[in-house]
Amino acid sequence: MSRIYLARNPKVAARSIDGEMMIMSGRDSTLFTLNRTATILWQAADGATPLDEIVDHRICVEFEVERGEALQDAESLARELASHEILQISEQPIAASSTATPAAGSR
Amino acid sequence: MPELTTEVERLSLVIEIGGMPVRVNTTDPGFVTMLQDRYAGYVLEANASEPGNAEIEFDVDLVVPTGGPDEDVRVTRSPDCWTVTRGDFHAEWSPSTRRGRIRQSANPYSIDAVLRIAHTLVLARQGGFLMHSASAIRNGRAFLFSGVSGAGKTTISRLAPPDATLLTDEISYVRKRGDGYVAYGTPFTGELAKIGENVSAPLATLYLLAKGPENRIDEVAPGEAARSVLANMLFFAEDEELVQATFHSAFEFASRVPVRRLTFVPDVRVWEMIR
Repeated sequence: MSRIYLARNPKVAARSIDGEMMIMSGRDSTLFTLNRTATILWQAADGATPLDEIVDHRICVEFEVERGEALQDAESLARELASHEILQISEQPIAASSTATPAAGSR
Repeated sequence: MPELTTEVERLSLVIEIGGMPVRVNTTDPGFVTMLQDRYAGYVLEANASEPGNAEIEFDVDLVVPTGGPDEDVRVTRSPDCWTVTRGDFHAEWSPSTRRGRIRQSANPYSIDAVLRIAHTLVLARQGGFLMHSASAIRNGRAFLFSGVSGAGKTTISRLAPPDATLLTDEISYVRKRGDGYVAYGTPFTGELAKIGENVSAPLATLYLLAKGPENRIDEVAPGEAARSVLANMLFFAEDEELVQATFHSAFEFASRVPVRRLTFVPDVRVWEMIR
């Protein structure tokens, strides 16, 4: 089974405020508020860490969930975020220069 | 040999909103008079501001428009040119030379739209913005009252006591200054059709308006505060860089200015809570 790599789209604006991660599309100004799982994917999407490692080290640690199910859900969620151009997905590692920083500022 | 050309006198005036002067040049005296009436209180003598001091200088060509004001406005940027179009006008200017041109008929509404958009684009780079909200100064501090149509912007403006100075009943003008923000009066009016006073004051609170059975002020969670600021900011450009700047400006604002929900009964007692 091939691995999936995630990277933050550098063309979106992101901000964490009081634990809520908000993302705005630079293309059409749509505002997204990420849930906890989507926030984990966003924060971990460095282009180098494969999705299965994110699931093992972040999602399965935070939520009591079976690994296979967690991986399936995480991939589905990652593809949804990619459809909104929040994340980039590739079967190869994604160069760091094309990824955004995790988040700026918080209150 | 008869003269084939005659020199046409160029007339100028400066419309200064939010402390930002915009020079308008035209050859039509009637249009100048129209603008002086429309922007009363915000017009400087053209001599009072040197041409190079204007944030933007527009030459206005009065033409017959190809469409109407009901068409969607489009704001785009090429490397060194902002272009703003709507059925009733076409405007463009260069951010580097700060000069541009507006083609419209002799009416105050088209240039009003251009000015709102131009100010929005300039402010976006400075951490400021225009916001759908009424605003007023009381006891030396400014208060913003934001909400969707029908939330009460006009009502709260109409109920303002004599010691409150109305800045606008529709579009507030906010600039960043130091660690805080300043609200300015604007000539942009809503239902009240009353031009705001051309004064400013440090911004104390943004109230999110809601009409209800009692007067009360409630805390707003930080996330909701930021979303509300974003939802009420005016923004037009299809430009990723400015979208990002505007997004971060909203969060900066929400982290520095108290945002509260103001539920109110539409009578004058609500102003007892706004001091």
